[in-house]
Amino acid sequence: MNTTLWLRRLRPLLGAFILIAGWAILHAIGAVDPVLLPSPSEAARAFWHGMNEGTLGADFYKTIVRTLSSFAIALVVAVPLGIVLGASQRLYESIEFAIDFFRSTPASALFPLFLVIFGAGEQTKIAVAAFGAALVILFNVAYGVMGARKQRQLAARVMRAPRWRVLTDVTLLESMPQVFVGMRSGVSLALVIVIVAEMFIGSTDGLGQRVMNAQMVFDMPEMYAAIFAAGALGYVMNLVFIVAERRFVHWGGK
Amino acid sequence: MRVFAHSQPPAAPAAAQAAATPGVAPHRWYPPGTHITVRGLVKRFDGVTVYDHFDLDIPKGKITSVFGPNGCGKSTLINMISGILPYDSGQILFEGKEARETRIGYVFQNYREAVFPWMKAIDNIRYPLQFLDLTKAERQERLDRIVSAFDVPFDLNRYPYQMSGGQQQLVSIMRALVVEPEVLFLDEPFSALDYEMVMFLRGILQKVLKEREVTTLLVSHDLDEAVLLADEVLLLTKRPTQVAERLVFDAPRPRSADTTVTPAFVQTKTRALEIFQREVRA
Repeated sequence: MNTTLWLRRLRPLLGAFILIAGWAILHAIGAVDPVLLPSPSEAARAFWHGMNEGTLGADFYKTIVRTLSSFAIALVVAVPLGIVLGASQRLYESIEFAIDFFRSTPASALFPLFLVIFGAGEQTKIAVAAFGAALVILFNVAYGVMGARKQRQLAARVMRAPRWRVLTDVTLLESMPQVFVGMRSGVSLALVIVIVAEMFIGSTDGLGQRVMNAQMVFDMPEMYAAIFAAGALGYVMNLVFIVAERRFVHWGGK
Repeated sequence: MRVFAHSQPPAAPAAAQAAATPGVAPHRWYPPGTHITVRGLVKRFDGVTVYDHFDLDIPKGKITSVFGPNGCGKSTLINMISGILPYDSGQILFEGKEARETRIGYVFQNYREAVFPWMKAIDNIRYPLQFLDLTKAERQERLDRIVSAFDVPFDLNRYPYQMSGGQQQLVSIMRALVVEPEVLFLDEPFSALDYEMVMFLRGILQKVLKEREVTTLLVSHDLDEAVLLADEVLLLTKRPTQVAERLVFDAPRPRSADTTVTPAFVQTKTRALEIFQREVRA
C-alpha cells in the first residue's frame, strides 16, 4: 500500500531517470565518442563545481537578470497596449497586420537592426528580448480582452459602471487566463532570445556565451552543465507562472 | 377595475404628456400609475422584424410577467427596455426619464456568467453601490439592509464558485436589489435551478419586491411561474410581436405552491394558455 503510493509519487520522475540511465549506458558501452558524450556524473560534477566554485553561478545570474528585465519591460508596455487594442475592434483591425507581421518575424533576424540602434552592449540583448516578448504578450492580452464573454460586462454596465471601470473591473479579470498564457510564452521567448543574444552578440557572460565557449574548447561536461542550467531556468520560470496563475486566477476553470 | 387590463388604453383619462423632453417626438399620453412607456418600438435582427411599432405601458410598483411563443423576443424586449440592447427606433421612457437616468436592477438567467467569480459574494452584492452617489455609511447601511431582508442562510464571505447555483442566483438577485432599483428586470431567473431552491427564491423575492414596491418585469418560459408571481401577465404574439392580451392576477400574497391549485390561479392560467395556443397557431 505504502509502496504503491511511493511509486505513484515517483512516476513523474521516471522519464528523467530513463534519460539519464540511457545516457549512462551509452557512455559505459562507449557507443558515442566519450569526448562528445561525457558520463552523466562528469556533467553533474561540472555543474556542481561551476555553481559552487566556478563562474556558472555568475553567468546563471546574469541570464536571469537579463531575461527578467526584458520580460518586465515587455509586460509594462504590452499589457496596457493589449487592453486598449482588445477593447477597440477598429483599432485592432487597423494594426493587426503590422503586429502579426512582426510577431511572425524571428526576433533573431532583428539582432543586426537592434545592434545598429542600441550598440553592442547590454541594452541590445534586453531590447530584442523585450521586443519579442512584448509582441507575444500584446497579442494574448488583446485576444483575451476581445474574447471575454460579454454578459458580465453587460451586468456591470447595467449597474452603471463607467466604461473604463468595466474594462478594469470585469474585462481585464475575465481575460486573466489568456494574459497568463501570454506571460508564460513571453518569458519563455525572452529566455530564448537572451540566450541566443548571449551566444552571438558580443557577450562576455551569461549562459548562452558559456555554452558557446565550452563548445569551442570542447569542454563537454561544462557545456552540458550550462545547457542544463538554461533548461532548469526555463522550467522554473514556467512553474512560477503556473503557480502564480493558480493563486491569482483562483476562480479559473470553476 | 384595473386600468392596465386593456391592451389599448382607454381614450379619455388624465393623460400625462412627455413634453418634458423637447425635441423628441411627442410622447403619446399614458395612464396614471404607469412607470414605463414604450412607444413605436422597432427592432430588426438581420432583416427579421421582431418588433414593429410596438407600444406598451408597464404599471408602477407591480410585477409584470412576460410570456409568449418562442422567438417572439421576450428577452429582447426587456433587454431593450433595460438599455442593454439598442433598438432601431421608438422611445422607451421611465416616467419621462431614459434608462440611463434610472436605477435599474437586472438578474440574468445564466448566473454563472453574471456574478463576478473573482469577488466574494458579499463584495459582489456591494459592487454596484460604488456607482451611486452615496456616503460610505449609506452604502454600508444599504448593504446591511439587503442582507437582513434576505436573511441569507449561508456564508456570504465565500466565492461564488464555492456556492450552489441557487445561492449564486440569490447573490445575483441581492446585487440587483441592493441599489434599491426603480425597476427590476428578471430574465428567466429560476430556469436553471432545482425546485426546492426555486420555491425558496420565489417566496423571498415576492416578499422583498412587495415590501419595496419595485416595478418588476419578469420573463419566464414557465406559465405557472409567470402567473404565480405576477400582478399582471403580459402575453405576446409571434413575430412581429404585439401584445396579445394582458391578464390581471390579484390573488393575495404571499403566494406559494398552494396558490397554484386555487380556482383563481387555474382560471387565469387556463385563459393564458388559450391565448398562448391561439397565438402559436396563428
